[in-house]
Amino acid sequence: MNLALLLLSSNTLVHLSGVDLVIIVFYFALVLGIGFYLKGQANTGEDFFMAGREMTAWVAGLAFLSANLGSLELMGWAGNSYKYGILAAHWYWIGAIPSMLFLALVMMPFYYVCKTHSVPGYLKLRFGVGAQAISSVSFALMTLLMSGINMYAMAVVMRVVLGWDLNFSIMVSSLTVAAYVALGGLRSAIFNEVLQFFLIWAGALLIPILGLIEAGGWKGLQAKILQNLTEQHAANPGSYTHLWSTLGNFNANPMGINWAGIVFGLGAVIAMGYWTTDFLVVQRVLAAKDLRSAELAPIIGAAFKMCVPFIVILPGLLGLALLRDPQGQLLRLVPADLAWSPAGQAQGLHGYDEVLPLMLARYCGPGLLGLGITALIAGFMSGMAGNVSAFTTVWTYDIYGTLINKNASDEFKVKMGRWVTVIGVGISIGTAYFVMRQQSIMDYVQSLFSFFIAPLFGTVLLGMLWKRATPAGGWTGLLAGTLSSVGMYAWVKLDPNAVRYVALSMDAQDQAQNMFRALWCCLICIIVTFVVSMLTKPKPDSELKDVVYGLTPIPKAENVGWLHSPYFWGALVFVIFIVLQIIFW
Amino acid sequence: MKSGGSLSIWFFTGLCLGVTGALIFATGIYEIMSPPANKVVLYELHANVWWGAILLASGLFFGIYFSPANERKRMAGKS
Repeated sequence: MNLALLLLSSNTLVHLSGVDLVIIVFYFALVLGIGFYLKGQANTGEDFFMAGREMTAWVAGLAFLSANLGSLELMGWAGNSYKYGILAAHWYWIGAIPSMLFLALVMMPFYYVCKTHSVPGYLKLRFGVGAQAISSVSFALMTLLMSGINMYAMAVVMRVVLGWDLNFSIMVSSLTVAAYVALGGLRSAIFNEVLQFFLIWAGALLIPILGLIEAGGWKGLQAKILQNLTEQHAANPGSYTHLWSTLGNFNANPMGINWAGIVFGLGAVIAMGYWTTDFLVVQRVLAAKDLRSAELAPIIGAAFKMCVPFIVILPGLLGLALLRDPQGQLLRLVPADLAWSPAGQAQGLHGYDEVLPLMLARYCGPGLLGLGITALIAGFMSGMAGNVSAFTTVWTYDIYGTLINKNASDEFKVKMGRWVTVIGVGISIGTAYFVMRQQSIMDYVQSLFSFFIAPLFGTVLLGMLWKRATPAGGWTGLLAGTLSSVGMYAWVKLDPNAVRYVALSMDAQDQAQNMFRALWCCLICIIVTFVVSMLTKPKPDSELKDVVYGLTPIPKAENVGWLHSPYFWGALVFVIFIVLQIIFW
Repeated sequence: MKSGGSLSIWFFTGLCLGVTGALIFATGIYEIMSPPANKVVLYELHANVWWGAILLASGLFFGIYFSPANERKRMAGKS
C-alpha cells in the first residue's frame, strides 16, 4: 500500500494533517540522530551497559520514570480511571511513592556500593548462582514477552486511532528502538528517555488544562460526573472522586478491593517489588555518577510520578464527564473486547483505553495532535528501550557471562550487547506476531509478570537487611514464592470459589486477587527463606561485606547542606504524598 | 549530562521542543488567519498558539543555555 495512504487512512479515530506528520517524522529522525551521535561513546562494557556510570541525578531520575511511563501505561490507566474513577490514582501514589523513596534511601546504597551491573548480579553476590539463575532467566524471558506484547498492543492502538497498518507500526517503531539502543547502548536509551519524558508531558498536559476549563474546575468536574453516572456507576458514586473513603468493603467500590489489598498488597509488596527489584527501572539509577545522585534520582522520579495522575487519571475522569458523540449525546465507553469486535465496530463503540486519544482529538487541532500522537509513540519507545537494554545487560552479564562463558572479554561483551539488542528486538517482534495469533495469552501475562516480582522483593529485602540469610535460604525462598504464586493463580482458575481464600472475599475482582496473591507469595518467600536459613550454614561476615546492612560501610555524603540532602527531599515528597491522600480522601 | 562529546542531553531536548513548538505556533497563527471548517472544542482559546509559544520559548532556553558554545564557556570557567 502507498505509504501516504497507509498513514492517512480515513476510517480512524483521529486524522493527521501534514504538520502532524512532520512532527512525528522529526521525532524519529532526532532519536536516530542521537543514537548515531552517541555511537562513539559506547566502547567499553561500563559505557554500553551502565552509560559510564556518569549520569546526574536529574538525568537518571527522569530516565527512571520515563522507562515506566509507556504509552500503554498512559492509555491503560486513563481507561481505568474512566472505569474505576480516582481509585486508579492509587497505582501512582501509594503504589509508587513510598517504594521509590524506600529504594532511594534504604536499598540504593547496597546496590550502588557493591557495583553490581544488575539486580540478578546482586543476588549472585548475596546468595550465589542459584538465586541469580532463577532471577535472570525468568527476568529475561518475561522482558522479551512483555516487550512483544506491548509492541503488538501498541500497533493495535495505532490501527484503531490512526488507521496505521499493524506491520508498519511494529517494524518502524521496533527497528528505530533497536537502532538507537544498539548504537549507543544504555546511554542512548537514557538520552532518548529524557527526551521522551518532555515530549510525553508536552503532548499530554494540554488535555487536563483544557478539560478543567471546559468542566468548570474540579468542583464542576465532580458535579458533571455525578450527573452522568449510569446505574452501574451510581451504586458507588463516591468512589469516582474519593481515594480512600469507599475502601472499607470489597463491594463498596467498582474495583472490588478493600484498603488492606491496596495498602499491603499494592503498596507494601507489588509496588515495592516493582520499583526496587525490577531491573528495567533500577538499571537507570545504577547509571548515576555517585551515591548521592543515585539516592536523589528515585526521589526526583517520585516527585514527577506524583504529578502523572494529572495527565493520566484526570483525562479519564474528564472523559467520563465531558465526552459526547457526534449527536451531542453522552458517549459511553465499553470494554475493549466489545468495542473492537465486529459488532462493536459496526456500532461505532469505543473502548475504555481510547479515552485518552478521544480527549486528544476533542481539544487538539493540527500540530497539537501530531505532538500528542508523538507523545504516545515516545511512551511506547521509552518502555521498549527500557525492556531491551535491561534484557541485553542481564543476558550478557548474568546468563552468558555467568552460566555460559565466564571469561568473556569486555570488548566481546560490548559486541555481544549490540547484537543481543538487535536479536532481542527480533525475538520481541516474533513474540508480537505470536500474540497476534494467540491473543488469549495477553490475559495471563500481567499475572505471569507479577509471579516473579513479588517473591523477588522478599528475597532481595532479606538479603540486604538480614545477614543470617543463607544462599540455600535465598534460592529456595525465591522458588517457593514463585511456585506458590503460580499455584494460587491456577487454583482460582480451576475453582473460582477459591477466591474467598486467596483474596479473602468472593467480591474480590481481578485487581484485588493480584494484590492478595502478591502479598501471600511474598510472605511465603520470606518464611521459607527464614526457615531454610536457620537450618543451613550462613556465609562468613567477610563474604557479606558491601551487600548486607551492618557489614557495608556506606560512604559519607560529601559535606552538603540540607538543600542537597536526599533525606530532606525524600521527606518533602513524602509529606506532599500524605497531603494528597488527605485532600482526595 | 554530557555524552563525552560536546552536546548535552538538554541541548537535544531544547532542539526537540523548539522545532515542535515553532511548528505548532505557526500552525496556530495560520488557523487564526484561515479558520478551519471543523473546529476542535475550545478552539476560541487558540491553544496551539500559546502552547506552541510556550514550547518554543522552553526550547530556545534549553537550546541556547546548553548550546555547545555556552558549554565550552562553562567548561573553560571551571578549569
